Amino acid sequence: MPHPHRKHLLTSVQMAHFVATGALRMDAVVPDDMNQQAIEVLKAGIPAVPYGTPLSEAFVDSDFVQRLVQLPEVAGAIHSLVGPEPTVDHHAVHIRKAHEGEAQNLHGDAIIDVRTDAFDVQLMYYPQDVTLEMGGTLSVPGSHLRRTNESDTGRYQNLLGQTRLVCPAGTVQFLHHGIWHGGRKNDSDIDRYMFKIRFNPTVRQVRLWNTDDLYDEQVAAELEQNFPWYENATGRLEKYNRILLWRAISGDDTYDPNYWVTRVSNRPQRVVADRVTNPHGTKKEMV
Amino acid sequence: MTATAETPQQTGLRQQVLVLYLASSALDARVVGWSTYDGTGETHPTTGDSDEPPYATGLDALKDGWRLFQASQLNPPYPGHEYDVSFLKHEFFFEKLV
Repeated sequence: MPHPHRKHLLTSVQMAHFVATGALRMDAVVPDDMNQQAIEVLKAGIPAVPYGTPLSEAFVDSDFVQRLVQLPEVAGAIHSLVGPEPTVDHHAVHIRKAHEGEAQNLHGDAIIDVRTDAFDVQLMYYPQDVTLEMGGTLSVPGSHLRRTNESDTGRYQNLLGQTRLVCPAGTVQFLHHGIWHGGRKNDSDIDRYMFKIRFNPTVRQVRLWNTDDLYDEQVAAELEQNFPWYENATGRLEKYNRILLWRAISGDDTYDPNYWVTRVSNRPQRVVADRVTNPHGTKKEMV
Repeated sequence: MTATAETPQQTGLRQQVLVLYLASSALDARVVGWSTYDGTGETHPTTGDSDEPPYATGLDALKDGWRLFQASQLNPPYPGHEYDVSFLKHEFFFEKLV
């Protein structure tokens, strides 16, 4: 895979948005001619890829997927999030049939994954216009740092501020591996298609994006945002954990504009009080 | 003489369950998440079927006739895990018998 042009890399503000929300959405980024072909390609199936295959080798038998991951904006986002030459964990075509009766439980993919200085991303491509009735993917902004295992969150049907995806054809979204999500019930007359690829990084995920705006005020604003479903107290812990992730990927272990981490790790060691003498501590002579 | 409980078939009653997740441990805190299960089988609530909570607060559910039957306990964090985030903490189960 060629190195994407700098102008197609994500900005720091976009990366901060991803760190805060666990998602990055690119509307209609795939051109119409590809969207027109996509349904037939996905119906026919994408050849299986062994776990851990380098991206540049993974889709040599699928011209369509190669074109998808080499679209400048898509390649730039992949590089910014997971770096050069990630490996393909797996891919899958998801089809929600017209009037399919069941929604998926809210879940995180794979198993509980508590890495604090690395993450996988999942590319999700929607070749059709997705309406609310078609049951576009449900995801919960800011849920990706919660330590839960797979569908143990299945009891949660609706969370305030959840995203029920409605998007134009050709939309791609990138999701952090931990985000709570699920395929919604399709109440429409149209089968809904989605193609997913999970990428594993092969380099340390530090400053892989266009860092020209690294200290832009909007970076801090993205990292400080709250979500309606957060409990008052836990919402503050979310910010603490976000700052740790931002420090890990920016390489700046002092970054903390709102002091969430600094305040609770401040343990000065310098002693300025006078020395005290404890009269009860004096050794007594044995007689 | 021992009284025997009536079966649902005899009473005709079924349980509807409402689960509310609140912004704090106070029952009158705002609703941040919700789930419903309908023992009558007449409705089929499911994941991602609504963006609007059924009530603004837990107290509003009481005012509308829901009976609280379980509230999550307040447990201190495990030592060393004080900053971890996981499941929603303030979970309240309500029922109606209909």
